[in-house]
Amino acid sequence: MTGLVLTNVTIRSPGGSPLFAPLTFGVRPGEIVSLSGPSGIGKSTLVAHIGGHLPAGFVTAGQVTLDGRNALALPAEARRIGVLFQDALLFPHLSVGENLAFGLEPAIRGRAARRAAVEEALEQAGLAGFYRRDPATLSGGQQARAALMRTLLAAPRAILLDEPFSKLDPALRAELRSFVFAHVRARAVPVLMVSHDAEDAAAAGGPVISLSPA
Amino acid sequence: MTVREGRALRILVLTAVVGALVLPIMAGLFETARAAFGYLPVVGADHLSLAPWRRLADLPGLRASIILTLWTGFAATILSLFMAFALAGRVWMHSGGKRLRALALPLLAAPHAAMAIGLAFLIAPSGWIARVISPWATGWQVPPGIATVHDPGGIALILGLIVKEVPFLLLMILSVLAQIKAREQAAAARALGYSPQTVWTKILVPQIYRLIRLPVFATLAFALSVVDMALILGPTQPPTLAVAMTRWFVAADTRLLMPASAAAILLAALAMLSVALWILGERVMGALNRRRIVGGARRGWPIAVGAATGQVLLWLGTAALIALLVWSLAWRWSFPNGLPESWSVTAWMRGGWWIALKQSLFLGTVTVLVSVTLSVLWLEGETRAGLARARWASALIYLPLMVPQAAFLFGLSVAFLRGGIGAGHFAVMWGQALFVYPYVMLALSDPWHALDRRLDRTAASLGAGPWRRLFRVKLPILLRPILTAAAIGFAVSVAQYLPTLLLGAGRVTTLTTEAVTLASGSDRRVTGVFAVLLAAMPLVGFGLAFAIPALFYRNRRGLSGGRA
Amino acid sequence: MRLPLLAALSLVAAPALAAGWEDTLAAAKGQTVYWHAWGGDDRTNSFIEWASSELEAEYGVTIAQVKLSDTAEAVTRVVAEKAAGQTEGGAVDLIWINGGNFLSMKEQGLLYGPFLNELPNARYLDLTEGGAAVTDFTIPTEGYESPWRLARFVLTYDSARVTEPPHSMAELLAWSAAHPGRFTHPSVSNFMGATFLKQALVELARDPSTLASPPTEEAFSAETEPLWVWYDALRPTLWREGKAFPENESIQQQMLNDGEVDFTMAFDPAAAAAAVEKGLLPDSVRSYAPTAGSIGNISFVAIPFNAAHKEAAMVVANFLLDPEVQARAQDIRVLGSYSVLDPARLDTAETAAFAALPGSAALPSNAALGRTLPEPHPGWMTRIAEEWARRYTE
Repeated sequence: MTGLVLTNVTIRSPGGSPLFAPLTFGVRPGEIVSLSGPSGIGKSTLVAHIGGHLPAGFVTAGQVTLDGRNALALPAEARRIGVLFQDALLFPHLSVGENLAFGLEPAIRGRAARRAAVEEALEQAGLAGFYRRDPATLSGGQQARAALMRTLLAAPRAILLDEPFSKLDPALRAELRSFVFAHVRARAVPVLMVSHDAEDAAAAGGPVISLSPA
Repeated sequence: MTVREGRALRILVLTAVVGALVLPIMAGLFETARAAFGYLPVVGADHLSLAPWRRLADLPGLRASIILTLWTGFAATILSLFMAFALAGRVWMHSGGKRLRALALPLLAAPHAAMAIGLAFLIAPSGWIARVISPWATGWQVPPGIATVHDPGGIALILGLIVKEVPFLLLMILSVLAQIKAREQAAAARALGYSPQTVWTKILVPQIYRLIRLPVFATLAFALSVVDMALILGPTQPPTLAVAMTRWFVAADTRLLMPASAAAILLAALAMLSVALWILGERVMGALNRRRIVGGARRGWPIAVGAATGQVLLWLGTAALIALLVWSLAWRWSFPNGLPESWSVTAWMRGGWWIALKQSLFLGTVTVLVSVTLSVLWLEGETRAGLARARWASALIYLPLMVPQAAFLFGLSVAFLRGGIGAGHFAVMWGQALFVYPYVMLALSDPWHALDRRLDRTAASLGAGPWRRLFRVKLPILLRPILTAAAIGFAVSVAQYLPTLLLGAGRVTTLTTEAVTLASGSDRRVTGVFAVLLAAMPLVGFGLAFAIPALFYRNRRGLSGGRA
Repeated sequence: MRLPLLAALSLVAAPALAAGWEDTLAAAKGQTVYWHAWGGDDRTNSFIEWASSELEAEYGVTIAQVKLSDTAEAVTRVVAEKAAGQTEGGAVDLIWINGGNFLSMKEQGLLYGPFLNELPNARYLDLTEGGAAVTDFTIPTEGYESPWRLARFVLTYDSARVTEPPHSMAELLAWSAAHPGRFTHPSVSNFMGATFLKQALVELARDPSTLASPPTEEAFSAETEPLWVWYDALRPTLWREGKAFPENESIQQQMLNDGEVDFTMAFDPAAAAAAVEKGLLPDSVRSYAPTAGSIGNISFVAIPFNAAHKEAAMVVANFLLDPEVQARAQDIRVLGSYSVLDPARLDTAETAAFAALPGSAALPSNAALGRTLPEPHPGWMTRIAEEWARRYTE
């Protein structure tokens, strides 16, 4: 089966109590599934688990497969699951272009080809000519778009969005949301989004999975 | 974030730390302890007995030495802490932190020996202060007969320690202050009618104190066992226990080696007891403080006096460093002239300092490289395992800062020789690294843990493996804190006196050992040259730690603000 | 018949000795001698640096001076090495040593030798029994150390402030009582401070001849009694009322320069003249010995049993006995250290080199230096220091 599939996934916190009732659902390529639930229930923890970033001490059960393969057996860097957080998290020591180049998949070889790929992505993000810019000088919206491009350039097989728009003001939020959704849909990969906001889920158009206490 | 890989790295680093740092200290303690209980075959003592302890008890002045040690150690630590909090409070309330930091950093960077020499140049009866105010204000044609250094009460030593420890604690407090939500809490408390000063003493000081306990313990243990500064400023008749012990260790009469070892063990026990006593004091103060806090009074203790005294002492320290420079350029400077009557660069041209400078530079560079590498690997191991540091691990790392140097250095030199490591560069390097590594860890741990972990996760989600994340993401972003930690480690290495002396068999002459030796000589001008270089070296290190990232990241606003 | 035989024997013996020395020189070539020597005196340090460059040019031997603040540090090092079973390749090659440190090392078998007779330049020394070059604080050196400089106890004062310096211990007490706080001596735990007490003991003892043998309980209390009576009276008149003392004579010299006290003392008659030369004392200082004379001795160099570079260490010891080197050392502009050689054994040219040396106002004349009094047995120094600590340490 293609896409991201969770089967009977549970997570126990280091304290020992399970965070939410066992979860089973799938995200098809091109689909954006929203994840909701009361705060503290473990939405971000689940995202970290799928991405391979769970801190030690959590006890997990169940399966996560991506395109039919067991994702949990692989280290984070080998899962090819892109993650976007509410902060852009551009690497502060690299220029905007270098940030994107850091993400660009190694399959694209040669200096010129890689540079061209990055420049093209910058242009798509409305950041043409920003290659050498210091990321700290970008506006919030610009940073978020650069971060998305960096993630997409890595050619992920799935994308996790961890409250990606929660820090933005409403106007920017809507604009960025449509920008992100347009791009991830174009990639036709499964997308799982954590969000508190009903508008986000509505715009995503996909199913909403609600986490409930165990 | 592969836990298994993290484990292999952790085991590797743990082995290195235990093997290179903990075992030598243990072996040193063991050898010293054996000697303290009468086992030192070379002087014909090969059965355990209490004789060294009886001999120690019979040595004249022992009781006075112990009392002096405790008095100077506690007085210096308590006063330093008080003044550092008062100064930090003033900075927090009125800003001006930048100027104070600029004043404190050179004093923090200057090794204890250099500061002690400078203070002696300043406050001695024939010192700069007396020269400046004589004879017009005092009528003194010859220096007054007042004991202002080597005074039997140890006041000069306490002063010297304070001048060094206030900057240290002050910068600790200011860096911790950035971690707690000081502004928000202050706003909340002021809305309840508390003055800023009271907010500082009742709300912020207790929180900050909890975060700087370890450095405070280290300050106390250090003050109790300091040798170089006590040699230069401390009482002589009798001296503090650490100085007395050092004298017995190097005495011609080799039978004194065993009571000296007993004294070393005694000093270690005193230091541990003192920390225990301090913790007890914390409890009592904490209880009293809580009663005061909930008492509701809106006006707190005035901290202005403490801040003013602290400020004066910082200026005194600065003047001491200037005195070093002036003396290094003097030819004849008779009392009571305020400045030398003739100047000369003869002392600088003598050139003997070049060898010592190279030696200090070499030892500092090597120990810092080793310590920074080991620290980064340790921290990376923690990150990969996703585990917080266990208490026992902290105890291992900071062990060298908690056990008085003197207690294991003599034993360590014996253990090194047994292990086929002769006295010399390698032994000194190893001995210095014991102290450099904990400081580098101390300096690097917080910035490392403060680094947004989502940066690491983002890099992983982009397909970067653990080593690429370390070298391409974390280390570059942490360049400034890493270089700062390196500069701190370098300053620690440059300042080491006892390890260099005892493990180098005198073959390894650094700026510190030369300066201390020269301080008991007759030529303030040559002493001034060595002390100026000694004080300047760590400062240059800090300067580079500041300049390199600033130059490297001049176009990276996110990294030029002084924090990662 | 016997004389030619002796001559023949010495003819045979001489090349044999030379050949032995040739071997030593060959083995020494390229070695570095770690010479552990008190580093508190800049001129001595410079002299050692000079010696190193000369030796390197001539024999391929260099000296690395390990500057000690106390000779005992080197002794401790050798002790620690022996404790660890390191019987060769030791860190210490040569030690500037005498008195108690020598006795301590000799008794514990920590010294290499005897080697003095293997040094060609030993022929310039007066090696007759009981001579100054073969006893160290009454301890026979037995060839385990080689002399290199002569030391004599002298007092130094600033003639701009003191016009009538005291010439005996009794006069000193009277002077100090009249000028409270203006006299002191280095800490008794320091060699120089103990030497001052020893000088007083030699002057005040009822029967100075008993000082040549190790002190018995009886002799000690009998002979030192006048010393303690004298010191009890002197102490309250001292700088800081005798409750604190300068750490060593260098510090005290600095105090004289600052005007903090009016006297310093040295175990080197040329110390003050050298300090004037370096701008460390005013021109007005003068040095002298008490009228009855002052104790004196010779400083030696010794080689530890486990020294890594014994041959080169011997080459250095031999070099230090060279008449040219001794004359240079005695030059006030260089070191101002009086020669240890027997003038009777020098030829005309060698004698002339000494005669041509420049003088200095701060340099005591032979008359002002007076008689050399013999050192007491080292046991006395140890006992005096202990007794002093017992009596005057609170």
